[in-house]
Amino acid sequence: MILSGSDIIVRTLIEQGVQVVFGYPGGQVINIYDSLYKYRDELQHVLTAHEQGASHAADGYARATGKVGVVIATSGPGATNLVTGIATAYLDSVPMVAITGNVTNTVIGTDGFQEIDITGITLPITKHNYFVGSIENLADTIREAFRLAKSGRPGPVLIDVPKDVQVAKYDYEPQPKVAPDEVFPAKDIRIQQAAECINAAQRPFLYFGGGLITSEAQDELLQMAETIDAPIGCSMMGISGVPTDYPRFLGMQGMHGHYACSMAMHKADVIIAMGARFNDRVTGNRAKFAVGAKIVHIDIDGAELGKSVNPAHGLRGDVKKTLQKLLPLLKKQEHPQWQATIQQLLEEEAASLDSREGMTPRNVISMLNRYLSENTPVATDVGQHQMWAAQYLNLKTSRRFISSGGLGTMGFGMGAAIGASMGTGERTVLITGDGSFGMNLNELATAVVNKVPMVILLLNNGVLGMVRQWQTLFFDKHYSNTMLTDRQTDFVKLAEAFGAQASRALTLAELEEALNKAFACDGPYLIDCAIDRDEFVLPMLPPGGSMDDIIVRIGD
Amino acid sequence: MKKFTVAILVNNQFGVLNRVTSMFRRRQFNITSLTVSETESEAFSRITVQSEGDEIKKEQLINQLYKLPDVCSIAELEDLDTVSRELLLIKVKNDPQVRGDIRSASDAYEGKVVDYTKESIMIQMVGDSRKIDNFIDLMRDFEILEICRTGIVTLQRGSSTIRRVTNL
Repeated sequence: MILSGSDIIVRTLIEQGVQVVFGYPGGQVINIYDSLYKYRDELQHVLTAHEQGASHAADGYARATGKVGVVIATSGPGATNLVTGIATAYLDSVPMVAITGNVTNTVIGTDGFQEIDITGITLPITKHNYFVGSIENLADTIREAFRLAKSGRPGPVLIDVPKDVQVAKYDYEPQPKVAPDEVFPAKDIRIQQAAECINAAQRPFLYFGGGLITSEAQDELLQMAETIDAPIGCSMMGISGVPTDYPRFLGMQGMHGHYACSMAMHKADVIIAMGARFNDRVTGNRAKFAVGAKIVHIDIDGAELGKSVNPAHGLRGDVKKTLQKLLPLLKKQEHPQWQATIQQLLEEEAASLDSREGMTPRNVISMLNRYLSENTPVATDVGQHQMWAAQYLNLKTSRRFISSGGLGTMGFGMGAAIGASMGTGERTVLITGDGSFGMNLNELATAVVNKVPMVILLLNNGVLGMVRQWQTLFFDKHYSNTMLTDRQTDFVKLAEAFGAQASRALTLAELEEALNKAFACDGPYLIDCAIDRDEFVLPMLPPGGSMDDIIVRIGD
Repeated sequence: MKKFTVAILVNNQFGVLNRVTSMFRRRQFNITSLTVSETESEAFSRITVQSEGDEIKKEQLINQLYKLPDVCSIAELEDLDTVSRELLLIKVKNDPQVRGDIRSASDAYEGKVVDYTKESIMIQMVGDSRKIDNFIDLMRDFEILEICRTGIVTLQRGSSTIRRVTNL
């Protein structure tokens, strides 16, 4: 059938199984918005307050569901406002398709009104991008973008469509939803060699990242842990990949990782890493990282093998399929001595845990845990609250921790939580801070309009806490531009002004009352939760330091 | 630092060279030589790139290249199995005192004089990079006015081709 380019865009999205798109209209996508109006019964469009919010919403939607998130923006500023969201998705390997309009082909390259070279700008932060110069390739380009976004190591793909291509007419025939490229296990010989290495291990440690979640390899991981009698740890991106209370699970590794987890990884003789990339926040000083350990590194992206650490065995392949082939080669093992060491580390960790009463970060998150169902997605922004969430949240189900890891994007949470809620249909929690929340709080409007059931737990300490923590520890308490105490923002009134409900909690009793209300509320509910500004995220591995430098308590 | 050369077969579309070099820039791979040309097939262009670094750096480069959807095939080119050539155009001052020496050097290197004026001599030379480097060194005894070299083009010896790697 003959359709306009904009109709083809919307029909192809529907054909590819898209149910929700996030976006913001503008001059060079007005035709697409006309088509969205025409097909509004088949494809829901969520209008955000800002294109950045839309990009984070598409991201949160994708993280929570595993489906491709879709965002639409106009040319020029609309497109550049997507950049942070696209980069966030790129660093965390989130499947996303971004569609931008652009000026007509004849104006391209002449600095037309709201013209920007968005394919040039997003070149290093997309898996791939397209400028669709003619309508003949439009539908197939969109299909190709979906295939790329979800194949192998997922990531964002951008499609830039000049206005005349949206207006032009061309034949469109619906096609089946494209399947991601088939994934393969690593080579047999590599798996064999890795198995020998693991079978010889005395102190094995299983370490996973977000790639395990993408590959849905939880069962295989747990089976391996039981077979070789190994503790499990993860990167921040791996959180929720294994139930937090799984007995062998020691939690998160890295700069603010759980003490026992970080120490166990440090003491291991074989580290089996799956779908993780050994970011500097994980390794600290690479020269001193896990010096005594052989690393078996499994990743679908071959470029990750040897990029940051030098593995003894680099296995390029899908984590799940590789583990399926690896498991039968592993000997049933028992390591009582190693388990005793782990037990001792856990006791040391328990002894150093914050046991104070009152509104401490740990008590606040622990109280929140009581309200979470198995399926509640919890999104965060970036900063101290994010690390407290990563340390103390109790999550049961995969894809329920929605947090910007690689890029560390403050302002990510509002959009992401909206997207996660819309994708799962679940009430969603956003744990945020007063700094991060200030960046994209405009999306409260989106949450109100769409009656997004959302609990915003704002840990308000009146400072940019993470930077301030560094200033305290490493910059002689020069609190340069991290004190927000002079700000007069009343977050309760602010939320109410947007049409959301809100209350303030100065004590745990007030917090409990607020949470009761929030988890019964139809739409967004903000809790302005007072936290002391001198609360620190601990333990802490100083930047560039090793496990020998770990700070467990301030004042030690 | 050790140099290595790879040939990259890419989709013949606008912007592809930019995608490849953008990755080099972003991940700080230094390019010491780069040539791009059409190939026996309209569908592909061939990029021959020389970079420097150890074996790990080379593997990283190749792995990162494979992640670009426009990259169809990559061949690692080892010196022994390949024929590698560069073309040099060099312009030196035509000084009557030394023009005989310049001519003799050019002849010894099988160079060809392609332009000759009262003020200047232009010599064309084809050879591997080392020969070209050596000749330029020799010319430094005289007054070099301008140099332009094409960068390396390389093919594997024998019947193997870059397209055969992935059955294109």
